[in-house]
Amino acid sequence: MNLTLKVWRQKNAKSEGKLVTYQVSDISPDMSFLEMFDVLNEQLISKGEDPIAFDHDCREGICGMCSMFINGRAHGPLTGVTTCQLHMRSFKDGDTIVVEPWRAKAFPVIKDLVVDRSAFDRIIAKGGFISVNTGSARDANNIPIPKQNADEAFEAAACIGCGACVATCKNSSAMLFVSAKISQLALLPQGQPERYQRVLNMVEQMDKEGFGNCSNTGACEVECPKGISLENIARMNRDFLKASLIQKPKKETGGGAM
Amino acid sequence: MSKLDSKIPEGPLEQKWTKYRSTVPLVNPANKRNLEIIVVGSGLAGSSAAATLAEMGYKVKVFCFQDSPRRAHSIAAQGGINAAKNYQNDGDSVYRLFYDTIKGGDYRSREANVYRLAEVSGNIIDQCVAQGVPLAREYGGLLSNRSFGGTQVQRTFYAAGQTGQQLLLGAYSALQRQVGLGNVQMFARHEMLELVTIDGKARGIIARNLVTGELERHFGHAVLLCSGGYGNVFFLSTNAMGSNVTAAWKAHKKGAFFGNPCFTQIHPTCIPVSGEHQSKLTLMSESLRNDGRIWVPKKKEDAEAIRAGKKKASDIPEEDRDYYLERRYPAFGNLVPRDVASRAAKERCDAGYGVNATGQAVFLDFMYNMKEKYGRAEATKRGISNPTDAQLKELGKEVIKEKYGNLFDMYKQITGVDPYEEPMQIYPAVHYTMGGLWVDYNLMTTIPGLYALGEANFSDHGANRLGASALMQGLADGYFVIPYTIGAYLSTEVSRMSAEKEKPDAIDKIKTKHPAFDEAEKAVKDRIEKLLSINGTKPVDYFHKRLGKVMWDKCGMARNAEGLKWAIEEIRKIREEFWKDVRVPGTNEEFNPELEKAGRVADFLELGELMCIDALHRNESCGGHFREEYQTEDGEALRDDENYAYVAAWEYKGDGQYELHKEELKFEAIKIAQRSYK
Repeated sequence: MNLTLKVWRQKNAKSEGKLVTYQVSDISPDMSFLEMFDVLNEQLISKGEDPIAFDHDCREGICGMCSMFINGRAHGPLTGVTTCQLHMRSFKDGDTIVVEPWRAKAFPVIKDLVVDRSAFDRIIAKGGFISVNTGSARDANNIPIPKQNADEAFEAAACIGCGACVATCKNSSAMLFVSAKISQLALLPQGQPERYQRVLNMVEQMDKEGFGNCSNTGACEVECPKGISLENIARMNRDFLKASLIQKPKKETGGGAM
Repeated sequence: MSKLDSKIPEGPLEQKWTKYRSTVPLVNPANKRNLEIIVVGSGLAGSSAAATLAEMGYKVKVFCFQDSPRRAHSIAAQGGINAAKNYQNDGDSVYRLFYDTIKGGDYRSREANVYRLAEVSGNIIDQCVAQGVPLAREYGGLLSNRSFGGTQVQRTFYAAGQTGQQLLLGAYSALQRQVGLGNVQMFARHEMLELVTIDGKARGIIARNLVTGELERHFGHAVLLCSGGYGNVFFLSTNAMGSNVTAAWKAHKKGAFFGNPCFTQIHPTCIPVSGEHQSKLTLMSESLRNDGRIWVPKKKEDAEAIRAGKKKASDIPEEDRDYYLERRYPAFGNLVPRDVASRAAKERCDAGYGVNATGQAVFLDFMYNMKEKYGRAEATKRGISNPTDAQLKELGKEVIKEKYGNLFDMYKQITGVDPYEEPMQIYPAVHYTMGGLWVDYNLMTTIPGLYALGEANFSDHGANRLGASALMQGLADGYFVIPYTIGAYLSTEVSRMSAEKEKPDAIDKIKTKHPAFDEAEKAVKDRIEKLLSINGTKPVDYFHKRLGKVMWDKCGMARNAEGLKWAIEEIRKIREEFWKDVRVPGTNEEFNPELEKAGRVADFLELGELMCIDALHRNESCGGHFREEYQTEDGEALRDDENYAYVAAWEYKGDGQYELHKEELKFEAIKIAQRSYK
């Protein structure tokens, strides 16, 4: 296959970026999209040009590092896969493919297609956990959990934190990501003691990071490579509302250390 | 030879850990706040250690090269985590897990470490469940288990095909909680490029900020390497693209011995190589062998027809199929350990029975269990008395989907073939490295104050790791071992600090001004400048691929003296060429992934040689190390316990020079025997 690529090039966070056109040839349909980029980069290096920076690691769709906005869609034309799982057989010979980074105020560009998603880590640090120190757990089977709840919690926990939801959302909202973690813990008995403080703290941090709000278009759910459901947002909103009504003035969670 | 002291506590095996844990020196809470610990790597071992040490009150700094600690490659572990809970009432016990692990490792691991691993395995499950890790459950609300290779009990806990992800996110949550509380400082997109030692003790690291290129100095009273394995030395492996040996290798060159470097795990069930362009291989979880039967055609002409695309698996009648694992190993069948299954696949393919275009693949077939095991059970449940074949398949498919759905989807995505209809094609691939930095019972390397945890150390898996034991070991080391054993060293640091009136780093920035930091930083800087100045003609990957091919051909599933000797020479040549002709674009002062890669491949080019040296010196076959010269009549690994029942710990002695030290392995609780799964 021969393809024309228009790729976003940006030296660093401070400089301006632009789309640059490249030609690649002899691309096998069995290659993954990232392997096609490997080929392009080898070409650029041998020509003495700067290779294109992109994030990637596991290349099997689970680490959440790869993050390309391909032809206007997060992770490209297929649903339910990450960029690294997209194969060239999804394109046709002669296609022109536009590749951009995730675009959101809270995800500043580091270089080319690489963005800074540390905002997600900071949100988790505000409450995406159960405060249990190592060594203080009781026997695992002493906490029976209805299979349905465990399965639902697992489905929410399957989020890989790639940020496709944010990149897709016209408001750059992170609510699918945040609600997935809140839901996972809200569905489990272990998550109950901190349930309402958690949602308040995480939402507060989410707002601070500059993510937008949810206007229920559901694009995030469509583009999520792990099929995280919009129901999670509903659950988060319900918990947030309840928390806002019942909670006393804010206290830091995560206590008990030292 | 006397340099290695494994520090195994005295006393009977089953009391060693309990007794040691109760007597190991403690550090009082006020002093903990003045002690800083550096953790390199944020996978299961790193995250769990960092979170736990921070909970205890130590000041912790964590480094990872990815953009977030949650990306570490533990995330990709699929199948499960072992624990001796005996929830299935099938006769499991701490002893049995211990025994299976020692035997699975072909009697090349340390009894005391493995017993401790088995002892704490149950606590890991408790801890993870308390954190909200959604492990699979039965309808009664209790935890579910499945079987893995090398065992006859069901002790593997799992979360669909994403167990590693769920456990890592649990540890990551615990870590982020400590970050939020200010007890852990997180340095993502940072890579450790040198270890700093002062007076022979680990005192800190030089890390490169991967975004700006800046070299940073970080002081620590102890340094924990939790940086994973080195399977990427083979170029193609199931590891993530960024997985590397650099942190461990730098430590090795500073004096940490490297244990059993040639012990590599080749995983039997991976998606076969499809072409030259391939950048990595994808694992299909071992759990699939619970329900998948492995076979090749009995007749060569059938295999040829399949390779030529003239026949499909479903065209081969039952009686013409060779379920070779069930045939050779009736007691364990498809659930033999990984090294055994891999070698058996290679044997069949080498004999001409391989099934894909390259002849390097075997079938993993679910149809029988889909219909007969699950389909029939479902039919009975629903009162369907005479189910048709199509009904059985449809009913069984639902069950298979629930158990392995994401793996089946992944397979289809990569190969374009629907595994619900046609069997999977699989072939062995590099997956895990049992070798690693040599550590004593405390997990300390031969450099005081430097520890290695998880896959980065050599300790628990001998010459072959059993499935679902890597997650167990990473979390055991991080949650339950290091928090205790580190006290043995740090308590001495407390006395030293008070004698020397050393102030905590927060008040006193002087420590990183020590000449040892100057020296280490200069070494890193010089090397980076050298890499950038070569300006040769070939990209880094060119050399990495060449190294990988040599390693796979000569130091892979089967090895022999002649091939290894050739490989050592060849690797030296590639290394020489690399330093003359590699092209690394860009500068240091920017985000430069090619520069990162160049540094890692340069280290692989040294490690590869040591692996071959180790493989060549070990004149026996054991576990994943199969020397063609040493095999039984029916092609099984032939150990030499008289001469090789030891850990080979290599000391770096300058470019390409290594000195061998031996740690004798004593088996007191287990009678050493020929490993049999027949």
